[in-house]
Amino acid sequence: MLITCPYCGPRDVIEFTYQGDGNRERPQPASQNLDAWNAYVYDRLNPAGDHNEIWQHSGGCRAHLRVVRNTLTHEISSTAFARGGHKSTARHKAEGKS
Amino acid sequence: MVERQSPLEPVLQAGSHGNFEHGVDIILSETQPGSIVQLAAWPGEERRLISGIRTVTGLALPDGAGGGSTDGVKSVFGFAPGKFTVVDEAEGLASAFAGVVTPAIGTVTDLSHGRTAIRIAGPKAEWVLAKFFAIDFALPAFPVGAGRSTVHHDVFAQIQRTGADQFDIYVFRSFARSFWKALCHASEEVGYEVQ
Ligand SMILES: [Zn+2]
Repeated sequence: MLITCPYCGPRDVIEFTYQGDGNRERPQPASQNLDAWNAYVYDRLNPAGDHNEIWQHSGGCRAHLRVVRNTLTHEISSTAFARGGHKSTARHKAEGKS
Repeated sequence: MVERQSPLEPVLQAGSHGNFEHGVDIILSETQPGSIVQLAAWPGEERRLISGIRTVTGLALPDGAGGGSTDGVKSVFGFAPGKFTVVDEAEGLASAFAGVVTPAIGTVTDLSHGRTAIRIAGPKAEWVLAKFFAIDFALPAFPVGAGRSTVHHDVFAQIQRTGADQFDIYVFRSFARSFWKALCHASEEVGYEVQ
């Protein structure tokens, strides 16, 4: 599996560290909304297909990246620097439950 | 200054080694620069940092990720967004930068005692390095002056091409001896000389 780092170019997956689901939104630290914290810690989409993920190029430029990986094929369809205030547009599991 | 001891000293054996009956295709050496400094710009301050590098070293950085240049005495290359490694044969580079790279622009980290600089040169340099690192060492993809950060068996390495057939590799001092031995083993098949 190759991940194309926006700085370093295509690199083997062994240079990268998975930093978790990229769909999570962390509540404000002072938030006492237990549902929001529960969703942040536990709710995962677990899609069979494209998945927003955070990876760090730990064996390279060490930048944190937003990566879209297909969980069925491991195809990487997009990579970008995580810095830049990108907000996920992906559907959240908690949505629709209300 | 404190006299620096090389971590390679017990294993660095000058002379020709390996399969050198038909000549040596690799030359290995430790360059022992006086200064190895890492510079990092705060977001939006990259231009000011790059002009500060030119002020201190006289070296201009080409545009683009991993761009760099060398004049044989001083070298600079980008290894991450807004981050640069600067090397000088002379000591004192970190204090020269301290007055130029102000806290508003970014940070200066003196790594002179934390990294070991190993030079691999010769017609088989690309060949031997390709056995270590999964990156493209061909000249069009990795031009002279450019830098790359990558790993070999989890040992982080910064590599700058300082000639068509020459690369300078910066590794953690604590891993340098094992990395050097691996480099020697990898060079045996083509014949190598340690200087
Ligand atoms: Zn990278």
